[in-house]
Amino acid sequence: MTERLTPLRQAIEQVLPQVEGVLAIKRGPGGIVAPYLFSPEHVDELEMLALWPKEPVPDTLKLIQQAHPEAKLGVVCRGCEERGIVEMFKHAQVNWDNITIIGLQCTQEEAEFCRCAKPFTVHTKTIVGKPIEGVPDPLTDGIEAMSLSEKLAFWKEEFLHCIKCYGCRNICPQCFCNICKLEDDKWVETGRLPMTNPSMYHLIRAMHMTAKCVACRECEETCPAGIPMAVQFRLINRDVREMFSYETGAKLDQKPPQLLVLEEGDYERTGLPH
Amino acid sequence: MMIEYKNVLTTCPYCGTGCGLHLQVLDGALVGVLPAKEHPIGQGGLCIKGWNAHAFVNHKDRLRTPLIRKKGELVEATWEEALKLVAEKLGVIKTKSGPDSIAILSSAKCTNEENYLLQKFARAVIGTNNIDHCARL
Repeated sequence: MTERLTPLRQAIEQVLPQVEGVLAIKRGPGGIVAPYLFSPEHVDELEMLALWPKEPVPDTLKLIQQAHPEAKLGVVCRGCEERGIVEMFKHAQVNWDNITIIGLQCTQEEAEFCRCAKPFTVHTKTIVGKPIEGVPDPLTDGIEAMSLSEKLAFWKEEFLHCIKCYGCRNICPQCFCNICKLEDDKWVETGRLPMTNPSMYHLIRAMHMTAKCVACRECEETCPAGIPMAVQFRLINRDVREMFSYETGAKLDQKPPQLLVLEEGDYERTGLPH
Repeated sequence: MMIEYKNVLTTCPYCGTGCGLHLQVLDGALVGVLPAKEHPIGQGGLCIKGWNAHAFVNHKDRLRTPLIRKKGELVEATWEEALKLVAEKLGVIKTKSGPDSIAILSSAKCTNEENYLLQKFARAVIGTNNIDHCARL
């Protein structure tokens, strides 16, 4: 893992003079890492540059950009984070023109940890590390192989563990609605645990992740109950791919299905239920 | 203008579990919370309180001075004034109704030393065993 650290530092040092800061991960007290905006004025701070664990970088970038819309910023991105930024751009959450991406390629070990299908960046020439192929996702495969009643029992049990921290929504780079249905008492009962109907929270979120989830798995990682929710989003996005030929974060100029007005003949219907 | 974005590692102030969290600081202002993935307690998870641990810091409803009720109205007071009043009232209650008419509630978020002092205060100064803490509430 450490062999990427020096080239990453060099890549950041090259970008720094052209931007107001480069967003990356910095090692802090106790070795615990967090996102940090490295500035051209303090290049020496790159001593504390870190690679892992990955952090919710796209969301942090948005936070900084909203306060400084005109600022040119660099950002160190893994494949999933780059996809996150691309999707945020398509939904008018970030200004793509002001971002310089340094693509950090994931290692085999990191990709396996994330069960990642695309552990590489595609939109940047500046890359650090060697791109590797996607790895299998045994968890999703296992759940998919279950019968309908087994799936129902599995998810009911998982959702029952939810402590309704809203962490999965808070940390998600694609959750940016001004008004969130998950805070609406009509749909999700407030002030009560366990929820009377925990599926409401999780299935509303799953539906809202359609053609949006970029498989960064930040939601799973922050979930105190260890609910493997990215499995749902992965399966939903497989359907989106088959029905609309849409892959999140893949192309900058392809509109997401939610933003399209469909006309007869615009897409080929598949055998999947509509 | 130089843009500053950093995270400050701290411990969630709400309960005795003590999850690690990062306070997000943008241009010197507290703007949010991020969980600390490598923290041994929270391990990257937070509950709904931790996720909102930044919200009270600059909240307009936050008390910034002690308040003393005078003629039915809460009036801002100095710490000296407030502590003097509390000490006087506790003294009166203890004399009139006995030490066991007083109970002390401490906090799971105090240090061991502070909690030791508080139980010492309850037992040795007030003279009661009525001492408990928020983690049981």
